[in-house]
Amino acid sequence: MSRMTRRTAMIGGLSAVAGLGGLSLAARLAGQYGLVPPDSGGLYGVGETLTYAAQRMLTSGHSLAREFDRSQISAVAPVNGDPPQRDGYQRLLAGGFSDWRLDVEGLVARPSSFTLPELKRLPARSQITHQACEEGWSFIAEWTGVALSDVLARVGVSTRAKYVVFFPFDDFWDSLDMADAWHPQTLLAYGMNGRELPTGHGAPLRLRVPRQLGYKSVKYLSRISVVDTLKDIGQGFGSSAPEAGYSWYAGI
Amino acid sequence: MTHWVTAVSVGALIVSGVAILLAHPRLYWGETGAVGAPSLIDLPLPFVLTGQPGWGRYLHFLAAWASVLAGVLYLTWGFVSGHVRQDLIPARGDLTSAALSRAVATHLRRPRPGSDDFLTYNVLQRLAYLSVVLLLFPAMVWTGLAMSPALTSVLPFLVNGVGGQQSARTLHFFAAVALVLFVIAHVAMVILSGWTARIRGMITGRRGERARLA
Repeated sequence: MSRMTRRTAMIGGLSAVAGLGGLSLAARLAGQYGLVPPDSGGLYGVGETLTYAAQRMLTSGHSLAREFDRSQISAVAPVNGDPPQRDGYQRLLAGGFSDWRLDVEGLVARPSSFTLPELKRLPARSQITHQACEEGWSFIAEWTGVALSDVLARVGVSTRAKYVVFFPFDDFWDSLDMADAWHPQTLLAYGMNGRELPTGHGAPLRLRVPRQLGYKSVKYLSRISVVDTLKDIGQGFGSSAPEAGYSWYAGI
Repeated sequence: MTHWVTAVSVGALIVSGVAILLAHPRLYWGETGAVGAPSLIDLPLPFVLTGQPGWGRYLHFLAAWASVLAGVLYLTWGFVSGHVRQDLIPARGDLTSAALSRAVATHLRRPRPGSDDFLTYNVLQRLAYLSVVLLLFPAMVWTGLAMSPALTSVLPFLVNGVGGQQSARTLHFFAAVALVLFVIAHVAMVILSGWTARIRGMITGRRGERARLA
């Protein structure tokens, strides 16, 4: 009996040591290859890290979100939340966004400021994709805009860049890793279903990230910043979502 | 061991699943669905959004990883050790309609097992456990993954095979209901057949007279 116990204890101890060693090695490798999300702390962070790392490894080759036929566009495309009430936004809205600019700054060779007509002169892309809200509802719509990658290429992104941060006119700022930032379907959209982007859907310009849930598709864009760390923005979780209790990565 | 990890994580999955469902307690068929669009079922539940943080999803995914890893360990062990073959797959003779109806009749007449079948699963248990392990759990995982736009960008058949993203959500719900019913029946059976002895046996791994008499 005592021998069994000793053997069991030894095997248990050895596997615990091996397990911990394996975990720390895995954590170091994951950190090195950018597989750790900014909200990786705490117990829930374990699940988040596993999900983000597993999905990043699977989707490494710029896999494309499903696209749909024009006949599948939803008749109902609900809007969550109200447009920003701040004076700055309301004034731009009243003026038809003629004074609106998109600032692109941070770790870029040529910090730039784009007007809406300037963005529309860049190559236009359209996609008919599915957008699911984390609440559970969803719709399909056609989005038209400029690929974020085209804008990034134009301003010249530093090799130190790790994330692109999106600041809107409201509080729901967010960020993408470079895999999603360079992804061909990631759009800065100014049109929806063949028309100008409606105010409730994020006019004049919103992000579209079809490989993630709807809340990553930041509306009412004002400024884009390329950074190498998210630690000093907000509470350091990479987005306003974790501050409200939702995960930073929303590939689900 | 994997049983208790699974038990805890399935409990967490159910609780967090309900929290997620309450954000939008309507079910749809096809790719899309929203308030104002035709729904399949409006569950008689309130929309609970205010003050609901995303803990539901954080917990759901943590628990999903725990149960999937436990499930993989269990199945690997189950096939290697012969547990699946010996204890779960019913003997061919037990699957004739006569044998099955005899088993059902015995089960209904005498819910407490005799001492002879304390240690093995009868044919009805085998069928129930097998369908949970090999059908229900994989169905939960499949329909769960089918709702991920990142995963379906690599594996579109996950969602196309079940008729769309909202169909996956609806099937995920019904599979969860089936799983909850199984858990209720499963726990009820354990209580009926002697809670203390069975749980002690499961924790210590000791079976037989001593555990049963103690």
